[in-house]
Amino acid sequence: MIAETGLAALWLAAGLAAYQFVLMVLALRSDIAVTRPMRGVAVIQGVLTLLAFGMLLLVFARSDMSVALVFENSNSAKPFIYKVAGAWGNHEGSMLMWVTILAIAGAFVALFSRRTGERTLTAALGSQAVLALGFYAFLLVASNPFARLFPAPPDGQGLNPLLQDPGLAFHPPTLYLGYVGLSVAFSFAVGALLTGEVDSRLARAMRPWVLGAWILLTLGITAGSYWAYYELGWGGYWFWDPVENASLMPWLAATALLHSINVLAARGALKAWTMMLAVIAFSMSMVGTFLVRSGILTSVHAFAIDPQRGTFLLVLLAIYVGAAFVLFAVRGASLKEGTPFELVSRESGLVVNNLLLSVVLGIVFLGTLYPLFIEALSGEKLSVGAPYFNALAGPLALLLAIMVGIGPLLRWRRERRPVFGQLKIPALIGVSALVMTILAAPAMHILPRLGFGVAAYLIAASILPLVGRNPLRAPLATWGMVVSHFGIAVALSGMAANAAFSSERLAIAKPGEILTVGPWQVQLESVTPTAGKNWTANEAELRASRGQGAFTLKPETRYYSDPPTETNESAIRTFWNGQLYTVVGKEDASGAWQLRLWWKPFVTLIWAGGALIAIGGALALLGRLLPLLRRRRFPEWRRRYA
Amino acid sequence: MSRGLRLIPIVLLLFLLSGLAWRLIKPADTAVPSQMVERQVPPFALPAALPGKPGLNAADLASGKPHLLNIFASWCIPCASEGKVLQELQRRGVTVDGIAIRDTPDALTAFLARNGDPYQRIGSDRQSDVQIALGSSGVPETFVVDAHGVIRRQYIGALNASNIPGVLRELEEIR
Repeated sequence: MIAETGLAALWLAAGLAAYQFVLMVLALRSDIAVTRPMRGVAVIQGVLTLLAFGMLLLVFARSDMSVALVFENSNSAKPFIYKVAGAWGNHEGSMLMWVTILAIAGAFVALFSRRTGERTLTAALGSQAVLALGFYAFLLVASNPFARLFPAPPDGQGLNPLLQDPGLAFHPPTLYLGYVGLSVAFSFAVGALLTGEVDSRLARAMRPWVLGAWILLTLGITAGSYWAYYELGWGGYWFWDPVENASLMPWLAATALLHSINVLAARGALKAWTMMLAVIAFSMSMVGTFLVRSGILTSVHAFAIDPQRGTFLLVLLAIYVGAAFVLFAVRGASLKEGTPFELVSRESGLVVNNLLLSVVLGIVFLGTLYPLFIEALSGEKLSVGAPYFNALAGPLALLLAIMVGIGPLLRWRRERRPVFGQLKIPALIGVSALVMTILAAPAMHILPRLGFGVAAYLIAASILPLVGRNPLRAPLATWGMVVSHFGIAVALSGMAANAAFSSERLAIAKPGEILTVGPWQVQLESVTPTAGKNWTANEAELRASRGQGAFTLKPETRYYSDPPTETNESAIRTFWNGQLYTVVGKEDASGAWQLRLWWKPFVTLIWAGGALIAIGGALALLGRLLPLLRRRRFPEWRRRYA
Repeated sequence: MSRGLRLIPIVLLLFLLSGLAWRLIKPADTAVPSQMVERQVPPFALPAALPGKPGLNAADLASGKPHLLNIFASWCIPCASEGKVLQELQRRGVTVDGIAIRDTPDALTAFLARNGDPYQRIGSDRQSDVQIALGSSGVPETFVVDAHGVIRRQYIGALNASNIPGVLRELEEIR
């Protein structure tokens, strides 16, 4: 009965979404006031979808093998947390999770959004419902998560072992929340383009959603990067893998949107550009989902390879993004640009930020899809890798990081003060860092060298907005900005240190042999077989020391039985100044083992920086939401004159 | 903003959609073709994989008669399904030689008892050295080698019944 309840809830939710579309058309075609029923229906639709997703979690938690999806993706021997996580570790479940988040976001907009005009809100909710409708159709027609098996098989086939990791429990949901948060910005943009009400009220209504989505995307990318780092056993934190790029592209667009939306909110300018970015950010989310779910790109992430599902997603992508672009082409002309601004001003600083981010987005987009286009046109196969991305996006990212130090110091509309005087000290710090790298490490590559210089400059420059005022009285949003920009400097220094100072040792060693990597002496003591709940493994025992304080590391190669797969479990030891990273591979005929050892100085700063960027976003979000809560308690007359 | 400018996103979207649609219709071919096709088999000498059967070296393949060279392993599941096809070819007079990759005599004996033994000779390639020298990226793969030891064709993945006429025709052509 549980599965049937879920399916029924899904059908009902789909019906309500269709009804919302009708309401939206009514609202746009006539003067009938439909805002109240629209809000109500949106909330019920969200609740029903949540119910359906809850039912899916329940059948997975109970290991109900009569449900085909559970049989294919779970196994009764799995630890409980992976049983539950198995609900979204597959195609159908993850699509249901996607639409659940979409519908709940719609419900929240319906419950709390008071800032835009009623017609725009109705149109935005309608647009959100149409987005959901496509995914309901997808689930109900092409990939029903609740399909039954008869007779029920005794046990399931298991979950891809790469996914049996605590990271899985959070990584996809975080990214999906981020993707879907951008859907709200998309719906608001479409709604406002339909009614023509593109103004600062709209920007203020969109801003918390964009900010929230951006925080989650930042966290998702940071966590995903760390997952790839320790689980895949290649010792890298970013591979420019197509699917990694697919999550980076929405982030870049969302970052640009986050900044341009402030111009719209504060000055009523950049209207058309901001609407365009809102559409592009969500389009990139859809492209990302499509690339992962259709499995058309060869990648560690492409788990499901099924052209039919891919076709369905591609059609949805074409309809939604195509419709939004057409709407933009038709209505874009009627958008009047707001207050003008001068060449040196906060606005133009943010325009430069947007231009640089857009160019980086273009570079990543081109590099990701270039091989596909070339093969389609000429039949020639090629691959685009790190050298292209690093060489093109790297210098632009550094330029952007320099601008990050300047932009926040500028005033809105026009800047007459000599702001560059404030930057003397940061510039001095940056140049000294650069000189130090030239003296201390003459052989260093140019990008990490510049990275150190820019990071040192930005560490000082990013805190300038708090200098010369009482930091405790600065708005939370300013604090958020400072923390995020500081986080960029931290991540940048981690990347530069990793690129410049990592040492690597790939070797074949017999037990007893001692290998050197960086400042470390690592001895292979033994390799012993071991077993876990659903795997067996060869576990190496490594004794590492740098002079004193030896300790043991135990990397493993694991063999999972359902389905048969082999994974490397790296063993990592973190120090304040870096990580020692070890992986054990296969045994050769002479009884020696492949070992991969890395010493990565300050590599953890990369993810610490990512976390700081997200924390800054959270502070800013708090700064935007707290006044709302406070204002609600005020009596009506005070709200009006506040 | 001019109308032309506002139409650019739609044009870009159409490009993107057509590229993605093309890839969906024509999935990426992940096979890695060998660079050794149309070249002489590299020199090698492999010991016998089983006590009762001779090993394999490069000279055996240039014996004046075309050969099929099958790269396989007892631990490879598609290889088991390929056994029947190779036996059928052998019945029709084709000489099939094998290279067993990273295998042991016990496992190999059991594998051949279960799936049949079409091989005239089997060389044991414990470290995949010869496999790599041949440009083979996995198991199973099958090379068509002509009378002078030149590789004429590479089949990536398991042969199935529908391949039999094609393989026979190729062997006939290079005879």
